[in-house]
Amino acid sequence: MLQLIGQQLINGLALGSLYALIALGYTLVYGIIELINFAHGDVFMWGSFIALSILTAFGINADHQIAGGLLSAVGVLVLTVALAMVCCAAINMIVERVAYKPLRKAPRLAPLISAIGASFILEDSAKLWQGNSPLFFPTIIPDVNFTIAGVTITSIDILALVVSIILMFALDRFISRTRLGKAMRATAQDPEAAALMGINIDLTILLTFLLGGALAGAAGVIYSMKIGQAWYVNGFTVGLKAFTAAVLGGIGNIIGAALGGLLIGILEAYATQLFGDKWTDVVVFAILVLVLVFRPSGLLGQQVPEKV
Amino acid sequence: MNGSAEQALSREPLLELHRLTKQFGGLVAVQDLDLTVNRGEIVSIIGPNGAGKTTVFNLITGIYKPTSGRIVLQGKNIAGLSPDRVVKRGITRTFQNIRLFGNMTVLENVLVGQHVHLRANVFSSMLRLPGQRREERRAREKALSLLRFFGSDLVARQDDMASSLSYADRRRVEIARALAADPILLLLDEPTAGMNESETAEAVRYIQQLRREFGLTILLIEHKMTVAMGISDRITVLDYGRKIAEGLPDEIRRNELVIEAYLGRKTVA
Amino acid sequence: MKILGPQKSAGYDLRRGIFRGWGLGLIFLVVLIFYPFVADPTLVAAAANAGIFIMMALGLNIVVGFAGLLDLGYAAFFAIGAYAYAMVDSGAIAIHGHTITLSFWPMIIGGAIVAAFFGAVLGAPTLRLRGDYLAIVTLGFGEIVPLVFRNTAALGSVNGFTGLDVPSPITLPFLGVIQFSVINPVPFYYLIVILGTLVVLGVVFLRDSRIGRAWVAMREDEIAAACSGINLVRTKLLAYAMGASLSGIAGVYYAAKLTTVTPDQFDFTVSIYILVMVVLGGMGSIPGVMLGAALIYYINSYFLVQLNGWVHGVPLLAHSLLGSVDFTEIRNLLYGVILVAMMILRPEGLIPSGRRKRELHGEGIALESLSLVGEVAAEVDVGAGVTVDADSEAAVGGVAESDLAAGTDGRE
Repeated sequence: MLQLIGQQLINGLALGSLYALIALGYTLVYGIIELINFAHGDVFMWGSFIALSILTAFGINADHQIAGGLLSAVGVLVLTVALAMVCCAAINMIVERVAYKPLRKAPRLAPLISAIGASFILEDSAKLWQGNSPLFFPTIIPDVNFTIAGVTITSIDILALVVSIILMFALDRFISRTRLGKAMRATAQDPEAAALMGINIDLTILLTFLLGGALAGAAGVIYSMKIGQAWYVNGFTVGLKAFTAAVLGGIGNIIGAALGGLLIGILEAYATQLFGDKWTDVVVFAILVLVLVFRPSGLLGQQVPEKV
Repeated sequence: MNGSAEQALSREPLLELHRLTKQFGGLVAVQDLDLTVNRGEIVSIIGPNGAGKTTVFNLITGIYKPTSGRIVLQGKNIAGLSPDRVVKRGITRTFQNIRLFGNMTVLENVLVGQHVHLRANVFSSMLRLPGQRREERRAREKALSLLRFFGSDLVARQDDMASSLSYADRRRVEIARALAADPILLLLDEPTAGMNESETAEAVRYIQQLRREFGLTILLIEHKMTVAMGISDRITVLDYGRKIAEGLPDEIRRNELVIEAYLGRKTVA
Repeated sequence: MKILGPQKSAGYDLRRGIFRGWGLGLIFLVVLIFYPFVADPTLVAAAANAGIFIMMALGLNIVVGFAGLLDLGYAAFFAIGAYAYAMVDSGAIAIHGHTITLSFWPMIIGGAIVAAFFGAVLGAPTLRLRGDYLAIVTLGFGEIVPLVFRNTAALGSVNGFTGLDVPSPITLPFLGVIQFSVINPVPFYYLIVILGTLVVLGVVFLRDSRIGRAWVAMREDEIAAACSGINLVRTKLLAYAMGASLSGIAGVYYAAKLTTVTPDQFDFTVSIYILVMVVLGGMGSIPGVMLGAALIYYINSYFLVQLNGWVHGVPLLAHSLLGSVDFTEIRNLLYGVILVAMMILRPEGLIPSGRRKRELHGEGIALESLSLVGEVAAEVDVGAGVTVDADSEAAVGGVAESDLAAGTDGRE
């Protein structure tokens, strides 16, 4: 019994760390322009597909296919993740420029609707590109199981946790130590004052989308490695779960996003165990609705991105 | 003395604020405010910026719940009632920044003001039953007569979008909307804000006329001293959320605390 | 300040006591009546289907267009109406051993009532939420409802309900007995025309009534609306209920026409589909959303297919990149583009409601009095159903009071 709990905990943490990466993207954007980037989940999904096309270009389309052992596998992994991050950052920035920037002064309903539209555009273009059905996604690095105290943890789980921690750490350093990071925090707190201080608001917002996109891209690659597939549908479902995580943690709060991601991952794992696959989505939605209705500010509620 | 001295002396309390306090986190916006408005009076609340004047209005009209204290209207505590219930009890207001429904016509804005008094429900409206039609007709006539109070201009522009009106006209429509609910107490938040001298004088005139014609009691926030002095039966002065003076205009004019609050400490020669 | 020229509102002309545009409406109705005499059955069937979506667009228009509540889960009520009919028709509902069976005709009302009920129930949690969050919660519900149908045995589970009855025959004066059958679209067509006309009339009457004004006022400025005596809770719930009821009626009709109801028919894309219709046509504009619905339906069901045929028919294009595209598969892409493009280029829609255009283009003087103000920052809970935004506190209190906003309970 304890073993089961432990097992789900590990599963939950691994997935949750990926949710955290995506949730960070939501929270950063919301913190700075108070908009839910509906398209964010689809950016995540694009990360998977971009990675897949890179891998396919290298002729890697099955597990354990990379010659040269661990080192070259890691090399491929790093390359893939890096490229996915770059591309997703670019996609997110394009979305901002095209769908959100023109509507900054419009009534709230407008950018919201535009965000939905952007999400649909990204989803369907992915569908157009890679088709309707789930595609196989190789594990890249060797998929090894480690069993500790009866609980199994895979190498990909470890990868997810490690990469997430590294990226979150890097994000924190960036936001708290660099000028651009400070600009982001200032803009999130008070855009007018920030502008008066000489901060370029447009660029700062663009930067926020860049970072969010990059994180989502990384998450996309690892997620697909973990579940072994890339499918356009995942953009929406994972996106919504990550958004729930961001809200649960407190939208606009960076620690909250990380915490929320882990929590949702764990909750999802237990829900799947208890209720079975088909009810998991309902459970997560229910959590979202409950949080928004009873405690919209989330666990750590504050709209200003804080230091991690 | 201003206005109807005899009415002011009737001393029948309409609205009483007892130790009204509003705190936002660490910030105390209104502190222990006692205020009485008697039936038929025009009372002004004045004070420097940030003194908490509009917060008082927001408390009375139910936008905020008081942290403590009571708001008593005609003997009944209305503190904490939602704004629409406050309207039902007979208090309506205007806003400092004029909050009309810009994308509705002038007439529709005033019709909205009658919301609490109209009986039509979803079904009678959808089916346009005779009773509802009659009610709408009467409502429209009443709205027009309210607009007429301000002159024939607004009546001519009844079908125009409220956002297309001049500032002064929009203020008038906002007041007409507030009147449409047949209030017993009207709260005017800086009714002459943004107006020049002649517009201000005109506003003063119609505010006094409002009291006469509609038998209203009026509580207003005013920033222009001359207006407050000229129009009020009594004045209450707030500073940093506290009442620092209260009384007849002449008394207030000479009150040192008030002068200090507005101008800062007197320098010692 | 700019003083813009007088603008007349569309709809009811209070002065003359008539509805502007009623003449046009009458002509349109006459065209509709004679349509089946000149068009072939497939087109009639298509028109009947389009009617379903027009009705739903009218319903969503109440929620989004009039009341300003962005409901992304609207298809849930379509599902509820359809399932309500399916279940009573199949005898799936039994109380104390007595199965409840109702025929189509009472279910038009029955479906409306059930849907209205759930509209209020699902709307209730959103009462204090701001635009973004409200949209997300409604989205969540829109997802949950079909999932619940799919996963619950008593509600038909994956297979839903099949073999449903078409509307039972009715006898009309002069026309005799009207029989409905799956193969003849004409009676269905006239049925939706009649239902649709009644709905349009009802909605037009509603908009220029006490409740209609309350909805628009609430959309414009919640605080000013509340301070004018409008009970926000009741007004919002009414919007949800009325909007849902129309979708419910559409659902009942749909189920009786298709004779099959499965959970797949009601997923999230249907909700967006209706939203696109409303956005394209013009939020808050009754003729607008009807046009938007007809257009999107046409594009979805015909134009894309035709485009496929056309592209593949032209050798040059067929061999190019375009040739590999199945246009029927990219409808969501198209909707996405429409949504983004409309918001940026023409947010008031194809046929603006006369009001909306100026609001969304930010023209005119009183930006403060528009719904912009109430929507920006944190919310302070002030008791029974009233939400107040900290920033609108600032507007309510003037510049000085904006200091207070910073000190409030933070984002709620």
